[in-house]
Amino acid sequence: MTETRGKKIQPIRTKMPELAPEKRRLVFDEVNCGFDITMAHQEAERCLFCKKPLCMQGCPVAINIPMFIKNIVEGNMLEAYHVLKASNPLPAVCGRVCPQEIQCEQKCIVGKKGEPVAIGHLERFVGDWAIEQGIKSEKPESDLSIGKKVAIVGSGPAGIACAHDLARAGLAVTIFEGLHEAGGVLSYGIPPFRLSRKVISEEIKSLKSMGVKIEFNKVIGKIFSIQQLLTEKGFSAVFIGTGAGLPKFMGIPGEYLNGVMSSNEFLTRVNLMDGFNHADTPVGMGSRVAVIGAGNTALDTARTALRMGAEEVVIVYRRTQNESPARAEELRHATEEGIRFSWLTNPIALHGDVDGNVTEMECMRMELGEPDASGRRSPQAVPGSEFRIKADTVVYGLGTVTNPIISRSTPEIKTNKWGYLEVDPTTQMTSMPGVFAGGDIVTGAATVILALGAGRRAASGILKYLGLVKEEAANGVTVS
Amino acid sequence: MGTLRPMAFSIFRKQIFSPTTFLWEVEAPDMAAAAHPGQFVMLRLHEGGERIPLTVADFDRDRGTITMVVKVVGKTTEEMATYLEGDTFQDFIGPLGAPTHIAQKGHVVFVGGGLGVAPIYPVLRAFKKMGNRTTTIVGFRNEQEIFWKDRFEEFSDNLIVMTDDGSVGKKGTTADALKDVLETGVNIDEVFTVGPLGMMEVIAELTRSKKIPTFASMNSIMVDGIGMCGSCRVTVDGNVLFACVDGPDMDAHKVDFKEMKIRQKRFRNEEGVLLQKYHTECRAQTKGVSA
Ligand SMILES: Cc1cc2nc3c(=O)[nH]c(=O)nc-3n(C[C@H](O)[C@H](O)[C@H](O)COP(=O)(O)OP(=O)(O)OC[C@H]3O[C@@H](n4cnc5c(N)ncnc54)[C@H](O)[C@@H]3O)c2cc1C
Ligand SMILES: Cc1cc2nc3c(=O)[nH]c(=O)nc-3n(C[C@H](O)[C@H](O)[C@H](O)COP(=O)(O)OP(=O)(O)OC[C@H]3O[C@@H](n4cnc5c(N)ncnc54)[C@H](O)[C@@H]3O)c2cc1C
Ligand code: FES
Repeated sequence: MTETRGKKIQPIRTKMPELAPEKRRLVFDEVNCGFDITMAHQEAERCLFCKKPLCMQGCPVAINIPMFIKNIVEGNMLEAYHVLKASNPLPAVCGRVCPQEIQCEQKCIVGKKGEPVAIGHLERFVGDWAIEQGIKSEKPESDLSIGKKVAIVGSGPAGIACAHDLARAGLAVTIFEGLHEAGGVLSYGIPPFRLSRKVISEEIKSLKSMGVKIEFNKVIGKIFSIQQLLTEKGFSAVFIGTGAGLPKFMGIPGEYLNGVMSSNEFLTRVNLMDGFNHADTPVGMGSRVAVIGAGNTALDTARTALRMGAEEVVIVYRRTQNESPARAEELRHATEEGIRFSWLTNPIALHGDVDGNVTEMECMRMELGEPDASGRRSPQAVPGSEFRIKADTVVYGLGTVTNPIISRSTPEIKTNKWGYLEVDPTTQMTSMPGVFAGGDIVTGAATVILALGAGRRAASGILKYLGLVKEEAANGVTVS
Repeated sequence: MGTLRPMAFSIFRKQIFSPTTFLWEVEAPDMAAAAHPGQFVMLRLHEGGERIPLTVADFDRDRGTITMVVKVVGKTTEEMATYLEGDTFQDFIGPLGAPTHIAQKGHVVFVGGGLGVAPIYPVLRAFKKMGNRTTTIVGFRNEQEIFWKDRFEEFSDNLIVMTDDGSVGKKGTTADALKDVLETGVNIDEVFTVGPLGMMEVIAELTRSKKIPTFASMNSIMVDGIGMCGSCRVTVDGNVLFACVDGPDMDAHKVDFKEMKIRQKRFRNEEGVLLQKYHTECRAQTKGVSA
C-alpha cells in the first residue's frame, strides 16, 4: 500500500482480464474482456476523489471523472452512466480506444506514486453495463423540431456526437452516410478485437431510438450537394463529419506492385467488407506482411494480418518505440502476439517478381538527429545501411490527406492549406452560413474523443445558430 | 457484421443482350437526378457481397432510373445475371466520380470495346447535344453480342461497328478502325475511350504523336469508391491519382498502363477461388431443388 493524501491505496491497478496471446492470435474476439463488478469496485476504490481533479483537465471533453467513479463505489451505476453521458455520448467506445495514458490517466495523482486509476477501464465498465441493461439515451424532452431539421454528413464519431446532442434537444436529425455501415472508422478501421461490433451497433440503435434517421449509401457532394440540403431538402443546418480521407503513399519505387496497399484498404476489405468471414471481397494478403508506420492504424493492420493468417508480421518505423503515436496497450498487445518491430528503419524501394507481385522491401537504417522545431528528434538515414526485408504484402499505415469530395463540390466552404475545412473554434461553423464541421475533416487525422468533442461543440453552435439556445448556455443541451 | 436493412432497390427492367452481357435498369430517382455522363455507380447485392463499380450507361430523370450494362467476368457479375426483373438488391451508391468534361470541341471520336461499349453512350449523347461532330467506333466479338446500334446511330455522324469475326460491320479491332479514321486526315479534336486496358493503351498510342487530347475511363479495382482506400490508384504523369474521386476519366497519354495492367490482376487467384466456390454452391442448390 502507498499513501497519498492520507488515503491508503493499492499501488498496482486492477488487472484487465485479457485473452491469452496464444488464444487470441487467430480470432477477432476482443482481447480485453472487461472488468466484472468486483474488479470495478476494487479499482474505483483507488480513486482519491480529488477536489480539484487534474484528470478532468486531461480529458478533452472534461468528463466529471471523480463523480462517475464515486457513483461506481456507491453502487449507483445508472447515475455513473448519466455523468459519463453528460460529456461523452460514447463511453463504451472511448473506454476502449482513448489514449488514456496521455490524457486523464497521465494527470491522475494516484499515478504519481503508483499506477494511475484505470479510468478507461472503468468508463468501459459503465458503458458496457448500460448496453447490457438496455439503457437508451433519453428521448427529447421538448420538441424544437417544428420546422427545423438538421442534416449530418458522415456517421463517424463526430457525426454521431452531433446527432446525439441535437436529437436530445428535440431536433429532427438525418445522418447521410456514404458507406453501407454506420460508425466511420469505428466500423471500417478499428478492428473488432479492440472494439466489438456489438458495441457499435448498440450505440447506433440507441441513436435511432432517439429518432435519428440514417440514410446509407448517400455520398453528399455527389447525390445531393450541401446547397441542396439547405434548400430543396429543407434542412436548416448541416454538419459535416466526413473524416480524414485519402491514404498517403510514400512515392518510392515499386508502390504500384501487387500486394502493396494502404491500411485503409486492407482494414476496409477485412472489416467493412467482411473479409474475416471470407465473404465475396478478396483481401489479397500473403504470408509475410510488412507494415509501414507505428501508429494505431499500423498496429491494427499488423494485428489484423496476424488474425487473417499471416505467418510473419513486421512493423517498420523510421523512429523508435518512444516516438510511436500508438496507444501503449496496443504496443504491448502487439508484442505479446508476436508482431516483430523494426525500429529506426525507413523503406526506400519495393521490389517485385516478373508478374508484378511485391517480394522485398528495401530499407535504410536510421538514427535520430537533433530535436527539430517541434522538439521531435528527426530521423536521418545511415549511409550505406541498405538492407532488404522479404515481404509478399506491404501495407502503408501512414495517415491520410484530405478527401476532396465535399470541398470540390462546395467551393463556398473555405479550406486551409492542407485542404481541411476551416471553422470557428467555438461554434464549429464553416465560412458557409448554417454549415458546420468537425472531427478529422477539420483537424486532420486525430482521435475519437476529439471528434466527439467537436461534434458536440457543433451541436451547440447549431442550436445557437437556429436561435434555440441562449448565447451563454455552454453545453448545447440547455434549451431556452 | 451488418445492420440488417431491407433490400432497398429493385430491377425495373432487365434485358439480355448475349449469354454474357445484360442490362439492368434500376429505380433510383435521387441518383438519376444527380447523374452525369462519365460517372459510375456501385452496387452490393446482399450482406457479404462485394461492392462493384459499374458505369452509368444511361439515366432517365423522368422515370427515375439508372441503367447499367454488365459483362459477366466473375462471381458478382455472374450472380447478377441470375437476377430477374422485379428482384431486389441491397445497396446502390452513386453517382460517383467526376463527370466527363463535356464541351464544344469540334470533332470528337468515341472508342468503346468490351465492357466499355455501353459507357460511351451517355457521353456521346451529351457531346452531340453540345453540337459536336461525332464519330463512334464500337467493337464486339460477333453479331450475337451487338446491342444499342440504333442508339449509337442516333447520336453519331459516323458509326463504325467492328467485330472480331467480321460477322457484322468490319472485321478487326477498334484500333484498326481508329487508324483508318486517322489516315483519312480528318481533323480530330478529342478522343474518348472506354474498354479493356490493352485497348485503351493502343488507342492512346495512336493519338499520342498527333497530339489529340485523349481521355480514358479507368476501370481500376475499387472498394469504397469515395476516396478512402487507395485501391483504385492510378499513376498519371508520375503522380498517384484515385480513379474514384479524381477520375474515372484520365489523360490517356499520361496514364501508366503498364502498372495498371499489373494491378488489374491483383486478385486473380482469390477471384478464381470465389467463383469456384459460387459454382459449387449453385450446383448444391440445384440438386437440393430437384431432389
Ligand atoms: C485504423 C485506425 C485506428 C484508430 N485507432 C484509434 C484509437 O485507438 N483511438 C482513437 O482515439 N482514435 C483512433 N483512430 C482515429 C479515429 O478513429 C478518428 O480520429 C475518428 O474516427 C474521426 O472521426 P470522424 O467522425 O471525424 O470521421 P470518421 O470516423 O472517418 O467518419 C467519417 C464518416 O463519414 C463518411 N463520409 C465521408 N465522406 C462522406 C460524404 N461525402 N458523404 C457522406 N458520408 C461521408 C465516411 O464513410 C465515414 O463513415 C484510428 C483511426 C484508424 C484509421
Ligand atoms: C469505374 C468503373 C466502371 C466500370 N463499369 C463497368 C460497366 O459498365 N460494365 C461492366 O460490366 N463492368 C464495369 N466495370 C468493371 C466491373 O466493376 C468488374 O467487372 C466487376 O467488379 C467484376 O466483379 P466480379 O465479381 O464479377 O468478377 P471478379 O472475379 O471479382 O473479377 C474479374 C475481373 O474484374 C475486375 N474487377 C474485379 N473486382 C473489381 C472491382 N471491385 N472494381 C473494378 N474491377 C474489378 C478485375 O480485372 C478482375 O480480374 C467497371 C469498373 C470500374 C472501376
Ligand atoms: S476505391 Fe477506395 S479510394 Fe478509390
